[in-house]
Amino acid sequence: MRDQRLWTWHVLAGLVILVFLGLHMAIMHLDALLGIFNPAGDHPIAWENVVARAKLGFFTFSYIVLLGAALFHGLYGLRNILFELNPGAGLRKGLNAALTAVGVVMFAFGAWAAWAASALARTL
Amino acid sequence: MRVPSEVTFRIRRFDPGRASPPAWEAFTIAYAAGMTVLDGLRRIKETVSPTLAWRSSCRMGVCGSCGMFINGRPRLACNTQISELEDLPVTVAPLPNFAIIRDLVPDLRPMFDAHVALHPYIIRDDVAEMYEPTGEYFQSTEELEHFLQFTYCIKCGCCMAACPTYATDAAYSGPMPLAQAHRYNADSRDGGFRERKAVLAGERGPWKCHYAGECSQVCPKGVDPARAIQLMKRQLVFDYLRLYTQPCPSTVVPKATEIKRRADVPEAPAPTVARG
Amino acid sequence: MLDTKNHPNRLGLWGWLGGGRWGVERYLYTLHRLTGLGLLAYFLLHIIVTSSRAWGSEAWEAAMARVTGSIFVLGEFLVFAAFAFHAVNGVRLVLVELGWAIGKPIEPVYPYRTSVHEQRPLAIGVMVLAGLLVVAGGLDFFLLP
Repeated sequence: MRDQRLWTWHVLAGLVILVFLGLHMAIMHLDALLGIFNPAGDHPIAWENVVARAKLGFFTFSYIVLLGAALFHGLYGLRNILFELNPGAGLRKGLNAALTAVGVVMFAFGAWAAWAASALARTL
Repeated sequence: MRVPSEVTFRIRRFDPGRASPPAWEAFTIAYAAGMTVLDGLRRIKETVSPTLAWRSSCRMGVCGSCGMFINGRPRLACNTQISELEDLPVTVAPLPNFAIIRDLVPDLRPMFDAHVALHPYIIRDDVAEMYEPTGEYFQSTEELEHFLQFTYCIKCGCCMAACPTYATDAAYSGPMPLAQAHRYNADSRDGGFRERKAVLAGERGPWKCHYAGECSQVCPKGVDPARAIQLMKRQLVFDYLRLYTQPCPSTVVPKATEIKRRADVPEAPAPTVARG
Repeated sequence: MLDTKNHPNRLGLWGWLGGGRWGVERYLYTLHRLTGLGLLAYFLLHIIVTSSRAWGSEAWEAAMARVTGSIFVLGEFLVFAAFAFHAVNGVRLVLVELGWAIGKPIEPVYPYRTSVHEQRPLAIGVMVLAGLLVVAGGLDFFLLP
């Protein structure tokens, strides 16, 4: 029963990532061509630009959404690849638990960091 | 155009009674224009190696028995002209992804088990009508076209041999069972989507198909199982998102008691041969 | 029913790699998997590295200093290229796997025109678009200041 649901969410997460990661890539790696959302000059990863983005609620929100969608999409994809190699029932349970744990932990950590960075940026 | 007088076959042999693993064996036989790979195997068995084993029946591409791995591609031996092969010698191995019973005979039971598990038959509530029909289940040409392509499947197993997912994952149903499940889901006479969904929503469903397209490339009957599987995925995803409701199966139309003649069709001429 | 000792004959991982003779879609499938795994591996490290901004500018600069150097620039370009391909091919897969870009069922008449042929222009378009994005990224990474 679960695969029908998980696969649907996998596709929906992919579409979410397309939008948000596409924007992220454009900001970070097409800055010389497009120059968007880098108000503090040329280098997208300069601290000033990081702070400028962290001040905007839109970026904090979209980072957290992207984090969740990408973790789910990527870990479900990895689960698919590993399960297609025919692990036994015990190993399947173990992989399900391990991948879910990695996803939850990384999401919690990353979401906290995005929120904390936003709070820090607002004091600067 | 060259017509060689001889052709060499390299065949993967395996004898279950012996301890040794499968091994290649070469045979050279006389060649005549128009020989298929199946003709070659028969000539080998008749003249060189009487113990060579394979499955074949109709020798004309409709029974699905002679699926084999010929020159690196799953094909029907009876449908493959030796002259159409790009490289020689003719290399014949049993269909991959199935255990080998002997020589070129694969064990197709897992494929048929998966097929049966997906209820490949019309499922309806009106059981009495199905067994004692009072009329017919109406189906328009448009409704027929939704699934007609997938009815041409001869269950040869070539698609299963070509599928990259089935190569590693024994739990995956495979292109043939899934395409046949869709053949029935898309049939307007059928009401069994829920029964099949019980299997399709889980790991035996189409979720491990990633559209490599190999199944459709090798299908000898043009069934296009890849198309069937993607159409089925759409149905299942929309069903999960509550955007799809299964249409009611077609109703019974009573048999016509009086055949009305069309106005533009003339009457038949008088019979020239007396009856009886 | 025969119960002899059948010999196993699954292709295994070779079944994932068999391409070339059979169609470009098989290559796209394999490449989609490889880029996905690469992106996932990078992403997990990326979360850890970029989270350093929560601790202020010194932590951020220290983390950035650890990932400078030409090997990292090349690595990030490969990640960008992997994303360009994975995203564009992913859009193609959404269109194909939800049954929109593969054409309607037809009566098969030899030579068969399968769904693979129907979506071939889309597959070519995907490769061209991914190539253009990689070139654009390459300009930004290596040529333009």
